[in-house]
Amino acid sequence: MNLASLAVHDAGDKLRKREISSVELTDAVFERIAATDGRIHAYLTLDREAALDQARRADARLRAQDGASPLLGIPIALKDNFLTQGLRTTAGSRILAEFVPPYDASTVQRLRLAGAVIVGKTNLDEFAMGSSAENSAFFPTRNPWNLKRIPGGSSGGSAAAVAADQCLAALGTDTGGSIRQPAACCGVVGLKPTYGRVSRYGIIAFASSMDQVGPMTKDVRDSALLLQVLAGRDPADSTSANRPVPDYAAALTGAIKGIRVGVPKEYFVSGMQPEVEKAVRDGIHELEKQGAVILDISLPHTEYAVAVYYIVATAEASSNLARYDGMRYGYRAGAKDLIETYMITRDEGFGAEVKRRIMLGTYALSAGYYDAYYSKAQRVRALIKRDFGEAFQSCDLIVTPTAPTTAFKLGEKTQDPLQMYLSDIYTISINLAGLPAVSLPCGFDPEGMPIGMQIIGEHYDEATILRVAHHYEQATEWHKRKPRIEDR
Amino acid sequence: MKLTAEEVQRVAVLARLRLTREERTELTEQLDHILTYMDKLGELDISEVAPFTHAIESNELREDKVTNQPNTEALLANVPDRDGNFFKVPKIIE
Amino acid sequence: MKYEPVIGLEVHAQLLTESKIFCGCSTKFGREPNHNACPVCAGFPGVLPVLNKRVVEFAVKAGLATRCQIARLSVLARKNYFYPDLPKGYQISQYESPICANGFVDIEVNGASKRVRLTRIHLEEDAGKNIHDAHGDSSLVDLNRAGVPLLEIVSEPDMRSREEAGAYLRNLRAMLQYLAICDGNMEEGSFRCDANVSVRPEGSETLGTKIEIKNLNSFRAVERALEFEIERQRDTLSSGGKLLQETRLWDEERKETRSMRSKESAHDYRYFPEPDLLPLTIGEHWIAELAAALPELPMARKRRYMADYGLQAYDAELLTSRKDIADYFEEAVKSHADAKALGNWIVGDLFRELKERRLDQQFYITKWPVKAERLAQLVQLIDRGKISGKIAKTVFEAMLDSDQSPQQIVSEKGLEQVSDPASIENAIDQVLAAHAKQVEQYRSGNEKVFGFIVGQIMKATQGKANPQTVNEVLRAKLKSQA
Repeated sequence: MNLASLAVHDAGDKLRKREISSVELTDAVFERIAATDGRIHAYLTLDREAALDQARRADARLRAQDGASPLLGIPIALKDNFLTQGLRTTAGSRILAEFVPPYDASTVQRLRLAGAVIVGKTNLDEFAMGSSAENSAFFPTRNPWNLKRIPGGSSGGSAAAVAADQCLAALGTDTGGSIRQPAACCGVVGLKPTYGRVSRYGIIAFASSMDQVGPMTKDVRDSALLLQVLAGRDPADSTSANRPVPDYAAALTGAIKGIRVGVPKEYFVSGMQPEVEKAVRDGIHELEKQGAVILDISLPHTEYAVAVYYIVATAEASSNLARYDGMRYGYRAGAKDLIETYMITRDEGFGAEVKRRIMLGTYALSAGYYDAYYSKAQRVRALIKRDFGEAFQSCDLIVTPTAPTTAFKLGEKTQDPLQMYLSDIYTISINLAGLPAVSLPCGFDPEGMPIGMQIIGEHYDEATILRVAHHYEQATEWHKRKPRIEDR
Repeated sequence: MKLTAEEVQRVAVLARLRLTREERTELTEQLDHILTYMDKLGELDISEVAPFTHAIESNELREDKVTNQPNTEALLANVPDRDGNFFKVPKIIE
Repeated sequence: MKYEPVIGLEVHAQLLTESKIFCGCSTKFGREPNHNACPVCAGFPGVLPVLNKRVVEFAVKAGLATRCQIARLSVLARKNYFYPDLPKGYQISQYESPICANGFVDIEVNGASKRVRLTRIHLEEDAGKNIHDAHGDSSLVDLNRAGVPLLEIVSEPDMRSREEAGAYLRNLRAMLQYLAICDGNMEEGSFRCDANVSVRPEGSETLGTKIEIKNLNSFRAVERALEFEIERQRDTLSSGGKLLQETRLWDEERKETRSMRSKESAHDYRYFPEPDLLPLTIGEHWIAELAAALPELPMARKRRYMADYGLQAYDAELLTSRKDIADYFEEAVKSHADAKALGNWIVGDLFRELKERRLDQQFYITKWPVKAERLAQLVQLIDRGKISGKIAKTVFEAMLDSDQSPQQIVSEKGLEQVSDPASIENAIDQVLAAHAKQVEQYRSGNEKVFGFIVGQIMKATQGKANPQTVNEVLRAKLKSQA
């Protein structure tokens, strides 16, 4: 049995029973990476020695029965916008190509405390800006289900690594769908928690009012286990919520009979790939069979979400990325004076999509335009949030497709940025409202590409989302299928 | 046309981005296209709507205590150019 | 045409907190560059700000002391611009909803009272230091100061002269010192001032072209710069010239304001609410607690001194210019109630000592060269006629840094004043005998020589003779011997 193909909860069982060791598990993962990453390109940085070291320490703790975390000894990959002390962190950008952080992100600290083994850093769209991992300054990651297709983005590397068993689980970040959409493209489970549920300290910021850290896993139980370790107040993050953290794993097995599931009509419109619509509707039907009550609802301001997102997120990003100026860290271009150094460093250090968004955001905040763009967008954002608030009066969860199509081909959408933005339509509103949502596999298209179904919950109600997702998953077999990684 | 090349240049200077001529042309077109799309928001009446806020109650502020362990070397480890314990940066040439 | 000046002042006060505004770095003077810095205040990737409660407390106190409205909900904002001393590429400050608004500072100039209104008080972070390398084409950046908390205090353009501006700054500074939120040191940069100056024809309601003056590093610089600039603006307009709205720098060497090199028109700060911080809510209860704990403020204290102790405005102002001085004064007066005399000793001899020993550079002096109680005892001795004012100076010197009572010193050194006429007569007789010429001069009408004779008598008695008694007895003798 290939140990790398285990889920976290299965591997954890075997580790605790001392049937396998963390070193064996970690070795298996690195072997898998060696065998497949030449074709998938999920990883930017690997540190095998450090990982084995962590594995050895985990084994010692397991032997001494010191520590009960389900993550003890488990190899986990991190998207390369999580700061890892002493381990290169690039944000997928040339401007940080050699940057070695002096500190760990808070969520990384939590993983280390739990005894997880950090495998390495995965590829992403530069500064998390993109939906395909094609905007990485280094190389695009390939979808393990079809190497000519994108894995989704921006957490494309993490999604691909999980799908290809190059780790047992991974962390990603989600600002406009960057965990959920690649999870759908790669047939894995991707959870974006409520804004404020998980600390953002040490995550390279893109849009401060939307960024969230979340797990990308092989099944829903693993997602619950990881969320348990990540969730909770962090004094280093003023926007992290001071709310009690429930037992997510225990919540998986509650009943779902009578749960009211809303299906918004705005999410089933023309332009959707027919197989996607069918698979999601079948998924909803399955929930109904299990006792859920299905309701038609409306989220009337959905059509404005992309415009709102691309004003607010780019405005925040334009400010967050000002610190990448070559003065204290990162790439610095040689130039004759300060202003030129700024301008050339940032022109050479940032890729096209990042520059485009910085320009858009700067424009939206600039004198004379603030009211027309930023201020207006934040108000429409309030309307979008209100839509969900009203919908949740009559339902407990909302189910939609995660993306309008399955993974497209590399290079297919890079010509028209606006087209790329519009494909985020199903995930973006959730970030705007700060709600939690999970994407899990619900079928495949005729080409064998995975289809994702999105379950959205009320603020801080990850437990219900995970419970329903778990029930659905256990009643179906989608999560058991694995890609055959070969050239086609 | 919502956006002129001059405006794009103004914004580029604000954002400290040198743009090549090709970049400027391409960006002007792309941004214009995107901004035109943003006009959609004008369809809505938002005169009575307050701006969005998150569902997070106010948190405790930080106590006034020194908690940092100084580590100048760690701070300077990634600097492109240094002079002793200073970050060394180019000057503005008047 | 007569032009009147219109002046508004913008003060940045560095706050006396232990740690910085958004991180746990120390605010103490850094020994080495970049010693008191961390990833947060150095703007590293991934960092987030966390607001220091004491900064908010100080802002509320300043607002309460200046009778501002305290915002129950206030928002921090990003001010975006690029400069090497600004690590994040933005300063976290406040824009649309400052923590305090619409207060005032009362001043007195030449006996006239005036109210200078405050537009706003808000919190923000300081930038680091950018040190220009004289030779090469590099600058050196030190981030020790980046993130130190500041209060920005903006006045309305209510001042009409440089004297008013000076009075406003002094009162504001004293107030902040009394509240123990800022040490008010302009030379060291913990209390900074930029001035906005315009002139307009007397009687006009519209404001003239506003010119900002920067680089004012002392109270004197503020007054001199205002004097120069007002004159410059008047001259320009009178001779038919036009004034540019601009920022000018005060040149302390050349004693003039100079136009700053025109910075690129880019002062588009693109303010927007800081998404990494929640809106600041300030509870009623907390505000009430802080209001109840406010100390008596300088203006009120000064008025009390004038009313209760009968002091002149000038002296009262000096004694209340610093809280430690005022506390010292009141402690002394408690021991011995001659407020006027104590006041004189403090603003005279004690101030001189403090300056010489550079104790005046401390924020709140606790170790005094002479204890308050001892100074009171000294004045008491004078008031009881035990020593003369002149001898008291000697005793004062001996009291410095010793804890001996003045009485002890007087006894030890035998400095007791001699008032009994019989003993004095002896001395007088001797002096008169030895200075027959001067006696003759006096008798022939030369009043001035009287002083000389008195001087000789004082010398003969080692200064211990009671001058009043000497006077009386000497006059009597000279008269009788006529």
